[in-house]
Amino acid sequence: MNTARAATTILVKEVRAEFRARELLNTTFVFALVVVVMFSFAFDPTAAESRRFGPGLLWIALLFAGSLMLQPSFAREHANDTLDALCLAPVSPFAILLGKILANVIFLGACEVLLLPIFAVFYNVALMPVIGRLVFVLALGTFGLAVTGTVFSAVAAQARMRELLLPLLLLPVLVPLLLAAVEATAGLLSDTPELQSTWIELLVGFDVMFFTVSWLLSDFLLQE
Amino acid sequence: MIKRLIPAVAVGALMIFGGYAALFIAPDESTMHAIQRIFYFHAPSGMVALMAFTICFIANIGYLVGRKPHWDCLAVAAAEVGVAFNTVVLITGPIWAKPAWGIWWAWDARLTSTLVLWLLYISFLLLRDLIADPDRRSVFSAIYGIFLFLDVPLVYFSIRIWRTQHPQPVILGGQGSGLDPTMRKVFYLCWFALTAVMAILIRQRYQLERARNEVEELRIEAERQISAAGQA
Repeated sequence: MNTARAATTILVKEVRAEFRARELLNTTFVFALVVVVMFSFAFDPTAAESRRFGPGLLWIALLFAGSLMLQPSFAREHANDTLDALCLAPVSPFAILLGKILANVIFLGACEVLLLPIFAVFYNVALMPVIGRLVFVLALGTFGLAVTGTVFSAVAAQARMRELLLPLLLLPVLVPLLLAAVEATAGLLSDTPELQSTWIELLVGFDVMFFTVSWLLSDFLLQE
Repeated sequence: MIKRLIPAVAVGALMIFGGYAALFIAPDESTMHAIQRIFYFHAPSGMVALMAFTICFIANIGYLVGRKPHWDCLAVAAAEVGVAFNTVVLITGPIWAKPAWGIWWAWDARLTSTLVLWLLYISFLLLRDLIADPDRRSVFSAIYGIFLFLDVPLVYFSIRIWRTQHPQPVILGGQGSGLDPTMRKVFYLCWFALTAVMAILIRQRYQLERARNEVEELRIEAERQISAAGQA
């Protein structure tokens, strides 16, 4: 079985498991929503203020939600030792990792689709004029978050205190991604919306580099 | 014993000489005066921390390629020593910044990236503490270590574009930078001394880790024998 087909199989399995249980998406979405609401108490949510701290708020909510959501990605395979069964399958370890990364991209994307309109209404920011470019920035940021988050969830699954450990492992590594995504989003939400190429290049660089490293290290990650 | 003592004494003497040179031989800086002398330990500590993290990265790759335990011992030794030097940078920085800038901390590019670097390697050490199985600890911390090290240039680059307030590099900097020749000599002396301290600390920590692994193996073997005797 080639990598693409194997990865698709894993992806379908992940999505099916999630749609049967429907626990991950619900919890993550509500968590992100709570973060967005709590921010309105920490800052004064007027239109001018929102434009200043809105992009940061959105990405912090997504990153926190992501660092909690990605944790079960590998940890839940431990419950019935199903990871061993997956690793015994005659497919490359990278296919398993890729399937999980893509599934997480879909889950995070679904959360963002639900969260964005609420964010726009609560903080009074007009997203529609820049929606195409905003989706582009969100896609780049989400992919980087999913790649590093999925790999680190496999790492954290080996440890004690894994629920607390994943955000600790993940968030400092995501500093460049957070900066680039926030600045790119802020550029889009300003009075004269523009997509700043420096930050897009940084996001693409982050994604390409960590995706390549994940591919190179997937054998070590999943052979234990 | 003597073999261990000689390098330690030599490095101690070197550090004393470095400290003397930084305080008394280096000329007075025209605007910052005495407080500038902290620079002879602050800047080299930062460079030494980066050297230690590079050693950690090489050891991480070495472990994944060959699966020899000594690479893992080197990785943890280098990471811990790197964090120690990184902490020195983060403590000496504000001591200098308070009189020079008037504030202890500013979210300037270098300060922020140094702090993020410190957080990254603290997470690396935390991860190692939380994985009980020695083989898994070595493999998974090596994977994480490689991700960390590759993240460092991205962190520096992104924060640099974001903001900068730190004095521009005066060593190997661009045009218009440069040091008084005596200052330069003292700076290189301190850098050399701190690198030697790093080497000795890593060696010490490496041997400690190997001894710890050996004790662990002996303990497991002893427990196995006791339980075998109990069954018989």
